[in-house]
Amino acid sequence: MKLTVWTYEGPPHVGAMRVATGMRDLHYVLHAPQGDTYADLLFTMIERRNHRPPVTFTTFQARDLGSDTADLFKTCAREAYERYQPQAMIVGASCTAELIQDDPGGLAETMGLPVPVIPLELPSYSRKENFGADETFFQLVRHLARPVDRTDRVTCNILGPTGLGFRHRDDVEELTGMLSEIGVQVNVVAPMGASPVDLTRLGAAHFNVLLYPETAETAARHLERTLGQPYTKTVPIGVGATRDFIAEVQEITGLTGRPDESRLRLPWWSASVDSTYLTGKRVFIFGDATHVAAQARIARDEMGFEVVGMGCYNREFARPLRKLATEYGVEALITDDYLEVEQAIEALAPEMILGTQMERHIGKRLGIPCAVISAPVHVQDFPARYSPQVGFEGANVIFDTLVHPLVMGLEEHLLAMFREDFEFHDAAGPSHHGGHAPKPVAPAPAAQPAPADEGSIPSEAGAPDETAPTKPVVQPDGSIHWLPCAEKELKKIPFFVRGKARRNTEKFAAERGVAEISVDTLYEAKAHYAR
Amino acid sequence: MNDHPDLSPVGRPARPAKGCGDAPVLHQRGQHEVFCGLTGIIWLHRKMQDAFFLVVGSRTCAHLLQSAAGVMIFAEPRFGTAILEEQDLAGLADAHEELDREVSRLLSRRPDIRQLFLVGSCPSEVIKLDLARAAERLTKVHAPHVRVLNYSGSGIETTFTQGEDACLAAMVPALPETNARQLLIAGALPDVVEDQMVGLLERMGIGPVRVLPAPRADGDLAVGSETVFALAQPFLGDTHAALVRRGARHIPAPFPFGEEGTTAWLRAIADEFGVDDATFEAVTAAPRARARKAVAAAAETLRDRSVFFFPDSQLELSLARFLTRECGMTALEVGMPYLNRQVIGAELDLIAEGPVLSEGQDVDRQLDRCRAAQPDLSVCGLGLANPLEAEGLTTKWAIELVFTPVHFYEQAGDLTALFARPIRRRDLLKLGVPSGGIEPPSVAPGLRPAATGEVAR
Repeated sequence: MKLTVWTYEGPPHVGAMRVATGMRDLHYVLHAPQGDTYADLLFTMIERRNHRPPVTFTTFQARDLGSDTADLFKTCAREAYERYQPQAMIVGASCTAELIQDDPGGLAETMGLPVPVIPLELPSYSRKENFGADETFFQLVRHLARPVDRTDRVTCNILGPTGLGFRHRDDVEELTGMLSEIGVQVNVVAPMGASPVDLTRLGAAHFNVLLYPETAETAARHLERTLGQPYTKTVPIGVGATRDFIAEVQEITGLTGRPDESRLRLPWWSASVDSTYLTGKRVFIFGDATHVAAQARIARDEMGFEVVGMGCYNREFARPLRKLATEYGVEALITDDYLEVEQAIEALAPEMILGTQMERHIGKRLGIPCAVISAPVHVQDFPARYSPQVGFEGANVIFDTLVHPLVMGLEEHLLAMFREDFEFHDAAGPSHHGGHAPKPVAPAPAAQPAPADEGSIPSEAGAPDETAPTKPVVQPDGSIHWLPCAEKELKKIPFFVRGKARRNTEKFAAERGVAEISVDTLYEAKAHYAR
Repeated sequence: MNDHPDLSPVGRPARPAKGCGDAPVLHQRGQHEVFCGLTGIIWLHRKMQDAFFLVVGSRTCAHLLQSAAGVMIFAEPRFGTAILEEQDLAGLADAHEELDREVSRLLSRRPDIRQLFLVGSCPSEVIKLDLARAAERLTKVHAPHVRVLNYSGSGIETTFTQGEDACLAAMVPALPETNARQLLIAGALPDVVEDQMVGLLERMGIGPVRVLPAPRADGDLAVGSETVFALAQPFLGDTHAALVRRGARHIPAPFPFGEEGTTAWLRAIADEFGVDDATFEAVTAAPRARARKAVAAAAETLRDRSVFFFPDSQLELSLARFLTRECGMTALEVGMPYLNRQVIGAELDLIAEGPVLSEGQDVDRQLDRCRAAQPDLSVCGLGLANPLEAEGLTTKWAIELVFTPVHFYEQAGDLTALFARPIRRRDLLKLGVPSGGIEPPSVAPGLRPAATGEVAR
């Protein structure tokens, strides 16, 4: 039993729903109680889908448990087939139905439905959403894909995009264009937009692009093994990764077409004078492993940030992420507990977070800007405009995404110079974020007993408590404390570097066995860490 | 249809020639498209400021709460899910030990918690994890600082707002006994609305007025045979029964939505307390006039339009009464999760015959009926709203009715506006057929030509 407040991933059947909802002409019969239908709104509200997910829930009730829930399942499956006439069906159980052991797969088998019915075994009490999507897509591919003649032209499949994915819609469009410039046509995109019939044609492609390993790696491996299709290992997010991806495709196909780089702006935007202020910004990166790995490379090599920590919530990818973190000289944080993530961020005091919607709120609490780079998704992650992550346009989009939460170039200096000014005062925040600037916080009302150091996250209106006494972050022997004058001096440092200054000073003091931090200690530390 | 219902000066609503009290009720068994009772935690944890709601359930429960909360409104959460894992399912004795450990850890971390609700879920019900026993045991351990109660918000037993009912019903047996004559109002209302309500009652000389749930556990809420009670929400059937078991007596009334509903509700209570007509009139005249004015302004948009209710919050009958009697709408179908005549009978009598009444749901067939009826406004859950909008139907998502202050006089105009806004928007936007949504399945259900491409078995 584990106490959870917010989760990064839903249960595995939600992963199966992401596959089914992304596809066409597939229907999912899910043995589940009525409350589980909440999952429909993820698609209709967050993603603004204009149709219901193709999912029939059996919605059994307590009174059905004594009688025949198996019959109820069969009735639902039959009626769903008759009404929707899909090309294929997937059947499975949610967490509650898993306990009553009706075996939806076995039941469907006996029904003699005239289309393939693919059973899903998704262990709800040990696995999560990404596993559910990956396993569902793998089962579909395993049952439906078969050897067919390769196309005459060089083609590939794009594997991984699903319903409710982080920027999947635009990534597919960007990637398709890029592949076409190399000379590769897309055979099938799956799951998103594919029908079961389309999956039978997967084998016609010469190779597979594994766009999102989280949702399609098992299927890609299966296709490599059974149909001899190689798959790409680089996810083309970021300038370097996109160039590596192009090289990888060229090597697989022998084609030499080079995508147009004339609209790629990130390199100059990073190199131009204004971006000097980005150099050495300390960033913490958290999300799904694929996006974290891509963002780490962008952060270090393409923005000039310093990566001070990284981690992912999907344990399936712990090993590669740990390895990657070592290359960056940091230790990977593998956890699905947002409180642990919050603690890590608090301890590292980065100047920026690249994270999920969860970290956005952690950042809000700690007063650290955050750019969202990964699922779990929020309605804000489905912008109306075109905003891919993949390819050269994706790199442009990411540059803007990473810079947007920050106080920019000259403004940073103005804040430093005029920190006592009524407009540029400490808590004013970036001028382009009117409504989101940290506000001075009123003392917490007695009715809101929310001790901040429990890792609780305040409401939208909340903001870092600037009035709280400075508490040393590093307390090796519990003896460091800030003298009032030093504390006052620390407050004069702009808020967006104050965390770093505090941390560096405490580290400096701890290393030297200094118990009391004075103004001198503060400036000695500053000189020590000067770069 | 009567736009300005002719209330007698003392505020008793005029019944239609033939109401829906004896109307047949359509029952179909199919997919229900409703939330489970866990959803109520989203507003209950805000209402009871020293309470924590610990769902004993699965990752699905945690995900539901997160999604229903508007996908991560990171308010300081006073709720959480103890997620059952494989080892908990293997041995139940261990599950109890695990639960004790998680509760101790939680309570030591959160000394502000005075009431802890162990909330049962579908999985905990199916494995028969005895949370009542756990609550008893944990109360002994953590008394007197924390009282531990339990109720089920599971989707196999409760829909959406029934979670609040189960929660309040669980609190009633633990309330102290009192022999004092008092009025108790059951139902969680936004604070501003609750204050208005208590103000109206007290100005009529009615009191003392107690409210369930109380904002804090250490209040003076008690119950006994001299207690009379009214329900502020139409989904409190179990709470009703629990209060009756404690000797309290129910004052049946329509629910306080709209000017008429509010007046009728107040009138029923005033009658119980012997309030004379002059006093009633003096207290209610001004807010009634305001409410009528506000409703009339927003109801312009609604007059002579039709409305179709999918079952969702259990407010459907009360709202149908309000929309038909005060806003001039025609109800085509009023779907409700369940029908408890004891609680909602007064509403049925006030709705003129005509609409299909349906209890429970087969969502596919109900959607067929809705498409055939082409209502001007469909009131439905979040899973159905955008798909219906994309089909050209105008919708009001029902969950907003639970999360927004809509009760009593001063909110009557807001309530009307909630229904009017989607229609006004439809009239305002000059965009042609909305495009840009993610494409629906390639072939519309039921219209599919034979075999667009067979997949061999």
